[in-house]
Amino acid sequence: MLEIKNLVVQIEDKRILNGLNLTVNKGEVAAIMGPNGSGKSTLSYVIAGKEDYEVLDGEILLDGQNLLEMEPDQRAAAGVFLAFQYPLEIPGVGTMTFLKAALNAQRKARGQDELTTPDFIKQVNAAAAKLEMPKDMLKRALNVGFSGGEKKRMEILQMALLQPSFCILDETDSGLDIDALRIVSEGVNSLRSPDRAFLVITHYQRLLNHIVPDTVHVMHGGRIVRTGGKELALELEANGYADYRESEAA
Amino acid sequence: MPAVQETIDQVRSIDVDQYKYGFETEVEMEKAPKGLSEDVIRFISAKKGEPEWMLQWRLDAYKRWLTMKEPNWARVSYDKIDYNDIYYYAAPKKNPAPKSLDEVDPEILKTYEKLGIPLREQEILAGVEPSSRVAVDAVFDSVSVATTFKEELKKAGVIFMPISEAIREYPDLVRQYLGSVVPVTDNFFATLNSAVFTDGSFVYIPPGVRCPMELSTYFRINEKNTGQFERTLIIADKGSYVSYLEGCTAPKRDENQLHAAVVELIALDDAEIKYSTVQNWYPGDAQGRGGIYNFVTKRGDCRGKNSVITWTQVETGSAITWKYPSCILRGDNSRGEFYSIAVSNGMQQVDSGTKMIHLGKNTTSRIISKGIAAGKSENTYRGLVSAHRKATGARNFTNCDSLLIGNQCGAHTVPYIESKNATAVFEHEATTSKISEDQMFYCQQRGLSEEEATALIVNGFVKDVLQQLPMEFAVEAQKLISISLEGSVG
Repeated sequence: MLEIKNLVVQIEDKRILNGLNLTVNKGEVAAIMGPNGSGKSTLSYVIAGKEDYEVLDGEILLDGQNLLEMEPDQRAAAGVFLAFQYPLEIPGVGTMTFLKAALNAQRKARGQDELTTPDFIKQVNAAAAKLEMPKDMLKRALNVGFSGGEKKRMEILQMALLQPSFCILDETDSGLDIDALRIVSEGVNSLRSPDRAFLVITHYQRLLNHIVPDTVHVMHGGRIVRTGGKELALELEANGYADYRESEAA
Repeated sequence: MPAVQETIDQVRSIDVDQYKYGFETEVEMEKAPKGLSEDVIRFISAKKGEPEWMLQWRLDAYKRWLTMKEPNWARVSYDKIDYNDIYYYAAPKKNPAPKSLDEVDPEILKTYEKLGIPLREQEILAGVEPSSRVAVDAVFDSVSVATTFKEELKKAGVIFMPISEAIREYPDLVRQYLGSVVPVTDNFFATLNSAVFTDGSFVYIPPGVRCPMELSTYFRINEKNTGQFERTLIIADKGSYVSYLEGCTAPKRDENQLHAAVVELIALDDAEIKYSTVQNWYPGDAQGRGGIYNFVTKRGDCRGKNSVITWTQVETGSAITWKYPSCILRGDNSRGEFYSIAVSNGMQQVDSGTKMIHLGKNTTSRIISKGIAAGKSENTYRGLVSAHRKATGARNFTNCDSLLIGNQCGAHTVPYIESKNATAVFEHEATTSKISEDQMFYCQQRGLSEEEATALIVNGFVKDVLQQLPMEFAVEAQKLISISLEGSVG
């Protein structure tokens, strides 16, 4: 599914990723954990195609397609979805308007017909109900005045609607209370399928109690330094990242 | 959202440096000699078969104009205009006075077709497009070539005709109101217009009549080096209502062309006038060569009590815009409204806004201005809200938002507020924002291209004003905005 080989990335002359290698298979839920500043968010931005990051070496392949040669919207159409840590507010643009424009843009890019309005509304309402989202949220401008938790739910709603094949969750648990965490996790879990892979970026074990990963990668200093099963997350929770910091000092 | 999609397709379908309406119509033209003199004014007046008082009015204006100086306070810069290097009169030759569309030069009709003007009267009358019942008075350079729906309007008692005809047929009405809102001496460009105006529209709505359809005029500057000086006069008598839309396009030209129109609106007791403008004249090329100078004086007089005048404008064209559609709130309880979208891209310069002059008691006004600057353009909102000593209870609300696209453009807001009455309440809100790179990335991550994302955000920014436009023009205006901003991102 996703294959990253020897990825070297810098921003404003500062090296962030140092020869990162990562493979995520179809149907897999991979978690990436690591201390602040280890390059986790950078990795998610580079996969999604944010400007400002300079890729010095390496490649990112999604189902064999070279993502680095594609615009962000082309990557989205190819199946990449990034649930933002800090979703952006788009003043003046109604949530429904935005969702429909995004969905139809992707459908168009894939050569599919635009969705009819009744079908679209049905899909949105179904997804919103699952996420226990108040209806009036859909009537407001996208993310404007939303609480942190509401924004995160809106990200998952978009994920459910766009049906991407490769989902990145960038610290989706930050700013969520226990109930919201449960709702969001259930939303994500219901999207798990043999055809879809997830990359779950988090600091904490907490989220992984709800979204149970198949593999856990530890990231430090811009590369993956350790890979294991879900029990690795528990170990990190108990011991912290101190071991990795020491190895850096040594 | 199909409208957005349509916008995108539209944008895609046009060439970067190719102004969509940049074509010329080959029609034989009859011109006055270049330059301005008493003789040229006499020539124009004679061509129009005007009465003596009209000629005298023009000549007085001309004398006055000779003593005036071009204003230079606006935040725009341009090479000095040589007023003697302009043709002040140009008219299609084979056009005395067509009785129906069949008599109109087919070349001209083709031009309108390219512009998408719904001039196919027969089709509309046959009910092909019953939703867009629009009467069009098309001004092709200086002469109105076709007037539609005349008969139906006549039944309602509405007078809608070229002003040159109105001067002959309804001299008393014209004489009573012409220059009563924008005096001959008002300003340099208005005075010039008073001397040399060649045509424009005249509308009179009798007392108590609700005009049965939207009235619309399309202006088009075609002949090289002709200034277009239209004059529009709209009178809504007591208790009447009219909605009027003006759309403007001009073909591509290298020389700058001067456009100095005057529009006067008069609303008597309990009358309402809605005046909407969609302006997409040639803005010049990427280097700032060519384009229209749009130096226009538009003013409405809420002369009667409880009268209402609403200006709505979507300005996307012209190299330079100098335009302040204003309201004089003379009648007690009268209301003035100004809704504006001004889009500038490339090297365009816009200095536009409004004046709300509160004279009567309990008068209210509302200003919603949305400026969008892209490319290397400069976009200024300039507005005056004033309350006279006697304007007890005057109220104004102003909201003035600017959106910047890219980092080489400028947005400026210059509000003037003058209150001579302690009971007046004036509110002013202003914001300036920029489409951030993070917002763009977010939209793109969801599958929208840069153009689609920009269109979506811009449409969201302007929708409060678009809602003020008559339905059938709102979609067109939305398209126009996207086309104007094409190439502004990335």
